[in-house]
Amino acid sequence: MMEALLLYLFVAGALAGALTMLVARHPMRVALALIATMLSLACLYAELGVHVIAVFQVLIYVGAVMVFMVFVIMLLDTRDASFVQRYSALLLPGVLVAVLLAGALGVLLAQHYVTPPHAAVTADFRLQSFSAAFLRDYWLHFELTSVLLLVAVIAAVAVIKGRGERDG
Amino acid sequence: MDRTQLLLSLSIALFALGLLGVVVRRNALVMLMCMELMVNGVVLSLVTFASRLGGNSGVALVFLVFVVAAAEIAIAIPIVLLLARQRRTLDVGAYTVLGG
Repeated sequence: MMEALLLYLFVAGALAGALTMLVARHPMRVALALIATMLSLACLYAELGVHVIAVFQVLIYVGAVMVFMVFVIMLLDTRDASFVQRYSALLLPGVLVAVLLAGALGVLLAQHYVTPPHAAVTADFRLQSFSAAFLRDYWLHFELTSVLLLVAVIAAVAVIKGRGERDG
Repeated sequence: MDRTQLLLSLSIALFALGLLGVVVRRNALVMLMCMELMVNGVVLSLVTFASRLGGNSGVALVFLVFVVAAAEIAIAIPIVLLLARQRRTLDVGAYTVLGG
């Protein structure tokens, strides 16, 4: 009972954060609403039993990505034309497309969803077995992500530096 | 409605709201954050299916998706920063030079 209550609470929190993102005027408020949504999602992951993903969500998304985003918002002057007028001319078609997409996916989900045969479908997630399997079976992918991150860092530096050299 | 179905519905709603934000908002940084919302919606469905399936492969995939998303934002933010420095605004309506 308590578990179901918390589930609905966090689902409502994630939805409220996402809706606030659409109407908030200042980018900092949008960032805070996105952080609220991400924290609600982390709580949902924890409730699903995959605590390691909940921790990753908080560490990587809220801790790294959103702090980066908040720094950039503070760095830039945000009170420009997009602050006065929040929405583009595509407001109506955009709402139409989003409603149609959500409706179509919702209908598909309602029609094709198969209820699991019994409650015990979710096997217990064990961090110990996950860690062993991760570094035994997926070590190559893990190493490749470090290469990807290195490429991303080099590309970010190249984007900033390349322009400076042309200007100078 | 059981738990899996509820979480999949939330995933659909987050993806649609993120798409709506990317289309209708004019601020480049807000559009970027709405893209993050779309990624989060998809990751939610991935985690839901992974926990329903059990095993380790789904969780490993989610971990790799997190890393790719972090790399993506590390590239996207300098590009937005550069655009904002060059055009002196975050309003995407001002970036008409991209229209050809």
